[in-house]
Amino acid sequence: MLKVTETQEITFSKELLKQFDEILTRYPEGKHKSALLPILHLVQAEFGWVSTPAMDKVAAYLHILPIEVYEVTTFYTMFFLQPQGKYVLEVCRTGPCTLVGAEKMMQHIEKKLGVKEGEVTKDGLFSWRGVECLAACGMAPVLQIGPDYTYYEHLTTEKVDALVDELKSKKA
Amino acid sequence: MARKLLLEHIDVAGINTLEVYRKQGGYRAVEKALKKLSPEDVVDEVKKSGLRGRGGAGFPTGMKWSFLAKPEGKARYLVCNADESEPGTFKDRYLMTNIPHLLIEGMIVSSYALGANTSYIYVRGEMMPQIRILEKAIAEAKAAGFLGKNILGSGYDLELYVQPGGGAYICGEETALIESLEGKRGNPRIKPPFPAISGVWGCPTVVNNVESIAAVVSIINDGGDEYAKVGIGRSTGTKLISASGNLAKPGVYEIELGLSVEEFIYSEKYCGGMANGKRLKAVVAGGSSVPILPANLILKTTNGENRLMSYESLADGGFATGTMLGSGGFIAFDEDACIVRNTWNYSRFYHHESCGQCSPCREGTGWMEKVLHRLEYGHGAMSDIDLLVDVAKNIEGNTICPLGDAAAWPVASAIRHFRDEFEWHVKHPEKALKGNYGLAHYADPLPPVVVETV
Amino acid sequence: MSDKVKVIIDGISVEVAPGTTILNAARQIGGDIVPPAMCYYSKLEGSGGKCRTCLVKVSKGSEADPRPMPKLVASCRTTVMEGMEVQNITSPEVVDARKGVVEMLLINHPLDCPVCDQAGECDLQDLAFNHGAAETRYEFERRTFDRIDIGDKIQLHMNRCILCYRCTYVADQLTDCRQQGIVGRGDHAEISTYIEKAIDNDFSGNMIDVCPVGALTDKTFRFKSRVWFTKPVDAHRDCPTCSGKVMLWYKGDDVIRVTARKDENHEVEEFICNTCRFDKKATKDWVIEGPSRIEHTSVISSNHYDTLKPLPVIQENKALMAANKEELERTKKS
Repeated sequence: MLKVTETQEITFSKELLKQFDEILTRYPEGKHKSALLPILHLVQAEFGWVSTPAMDKVAAYLHILPIEVYEVTTFYTMFFLQPQGKYVLEVCRTGPCTLVGAEKMMQHIEKKLGVKEGEVTKDGLFSWRGVECLAACGMAPVLQIGPDYTYYEHLTTEKVDALVDELKSKKA
Repeated sequence: MARKLLLEHIDVAGINTLEVYRKQGGYRAVEKALKKLSPEDVVDEVKKSGLRGRGGAGFPTGMKWSFLAKPEGKARYLVCNADESEPGTFKDRYLMTNIPHLLIEGMIVSSYALGANTSYIYVRGEMMPQIRILEKAIAEAKAAGFLGKNILGSGYDLELYVQPGGGAYICGEETALIESLEGKRGNPRIKPPFPAISGVWGCPTVVNNVESIAAVVSIINDGGDEYAKVGIGRSTGTKLISASGNLAKPGVYEIELGLSVEEFIYSEKYCGGMANGKRLKAVVAGGSSVPILPANLILKTTNGENRLMSYESLADGGFATGTMLGSGGFIAFDEDACIVRNTWNYSRFYHHESCGQCSPCREGTGWMEKVLHRLEYGHGAMSDIDLLVDVAKNIEGNTICPLGDAAAWPVASAIRHFRDEFEWHVKHPEKALKGNYGLAHYADPLPPVVVETV
Repeated sequence: MSDKVKVIIDGISVEVAPGTTILNAARQIGGDIVPPAMCYYSKLEGSGGKCRTCLVKVSKGSEADPRPMPKLVASCRTTVMEGMEVQNITSPEVVDARKGVVEMLLINHPLDCPVCDQAGECDLQDLAFNHGAAETRYEFERRTFDRIDIGDKIQLHMNRCILCYRCTYVADQLTDCRQQGIVGRGDHAEISTYIEKAIDNDFSGNMIDVCPVGALTDKTFRFKSRVWFTKPVDAHRDCPTCSGKVMLWYKGDDVIRVTARKDENHEVEEFICNTCRFDKKATKDWVIEGPSRIEHTSVISSNHYDTLKPLPVIQENKALMAANKEELERTKKS
């Protein structure tokens, strides 16, 4: 069982709720549950992860049971159920990418950031993980960074270094 | 002759905008279909074209459309499957990124044919940039009057929406995709009923791959008969092939079905041979799920004929010596690639992606992954190889959806064709950890088949 | 035209209503040709299709389309057609596949029946005994979870769960606010309330009865007695919430457990409320109807009779009787 300690109240801004309302218009009357995935993506983009209070709020907004939201968020791998770094480097680790060095890239990222897979750097800026096929096998190795899911293709250790440094300097 | 039907204008600057796309003859198919053809006519053209589903299964698209139930007073839906997740496949991403209006145009024509007034494009969640591109293209098309109410004065209404996934390979299976579109876990449904009878929200639904929908555009522009002239035999038309792995020029290529595998790999027009002058060891020809073949079998069939990129030729020899065209995810392995490691990698993928609903897949994928991990890391036993064959056999065909088969086939085929490499891992674990088995005999020409007649 | 559909299962023909599944048609015939079912539950809508133990071979699709079905099908979710021919235990392919499925169900299931409270009334135990292999080939660590209390009456031990989804259907269809569901994916999926919420509902206790294994157990009964040391009797009471028709499980003079009554397919006949199940444990609360019907193959039926008598035979065989005399003497209890 997933232990959830975090109980902080969260509020959805007016702009966010407006976006939710727009999404609801895409489905027929009474089929609002379909809006769940698009709404969860918006929530994650806003807060960086999907907390239990956030899921409960989404459930209330869609008039569905909280468990229906938990079932969905735990099924799909894109939703973070724990706080992450500001930038999550998601490296493809499946077949075609490993043929051209994805595993080496992951080792390099681990060394560069100084944290293990799934951990957050001390400054809160980065975390990383291996993910399954990102459908960019011809441009392998690849990684993506949410919430816009920008792709970085044909990775080399130099490119990874440059990317991490660039993201660091963005903060300053 | 190598005709391009999908990517003909891919190099035109600004083809991702409506304006340029129109200048290149875009949206002609919508005008033709809505003004001159009845929905039945469109279905007939697609039937005549012989187009087969480009997502992997290769089921004739026209036939799939004709199964759609049309009960009175019930909405029908077309859902485009853009959940491209099959390892080795990235053609739909390429198409949606570069020429989004081709998909939108195909969706309008196809929705018209099926009588759908609301259609969805289900895009995998990781493709957020493509979702934005499609949303922009839809807005452009709507502003130009190709979507919305009374399109081109024909009285036909259509709304088109993009739905993001959440990160699950299984949602590429059509009933899992429908569940996901309904805001649920992507657990495949037990068929029957098929989506054509009861799909999204219990309504008749057709789910088609991005490339299939895009192909409808040229079928309507040129006519189904013209389309059927392209390709070879029952493999009509062109196919997008996603080439990856140890190739000199990986990428997306549009080929006319019937091109020889050898030409595809070695011609400068396509992949330009293997990277770094290495030799070809093996190929997975249709996305990670299809059986892997050693170099000698992928280039020639057991009859000594050239293997062609077509549904039939790739399947020649059944699973004993053949494979499948699948989704066209063409992964090439060079002499340094380790088949055991790769099989373990695929197995981990399927273990990770199993929805967990039915027991053979839920438990079996994890079991295979653990045994392969043990083999790869030098703790395997000879009996493990037979155990894997047996577990794969117990999964195959016994599951709710094809993910079980997809998980079993790569393992079974790797052992079928590369058994000595597996045995080498068991016999020489210390060597296997440091080096590779190499090319061995996998590229040697096959002995000619001798048929004895009495 | 007859409104019944004729179907042949393992060579035995039966006429059933259109829309009947192969499994239910087989149940109408009864006996050992009935495919085992671990997830299907006739009283729970949408259940079935998941465990794959009820796979059968359709060797003839129907009279109209006699082609065989290409793959084995889940008999619980496949409806019969006129003239359909089905092979269950007469097909080596089915027997083999089922053995494979049983193995899959067991690889992550703890093989600790001797300390499991469900032993003796466990469908998985019966399934493994009847259809499984003698040995396990699985050499890896099994997945484990912590035990969770779902309220003060029910305990969930996910280690034993085979993910049949029955309990979530109970929660969905019998209670007004489902709090538990399936979270996670693949072999990490688990039954969970996500945040440890007590499930507080009049009918929540039924998830114990529908659970085919020892994953959901009655905390008021846990480890009080082996089930084969208890004596089940049918009883009823006038209950405002449910039918009040139950089984009381006696140990000595004490009622140590109350459950719903089960039919020959091990399915609950009528769901009962939590008051009947957990709060009425005195003989005076109930009207006793008589001993419950228990299959003679069940271990529960042992220990209930003072003497063991040989099964009646058509003709007395004196020679055999004499030969068995010594054996009979030994089995007689004082």
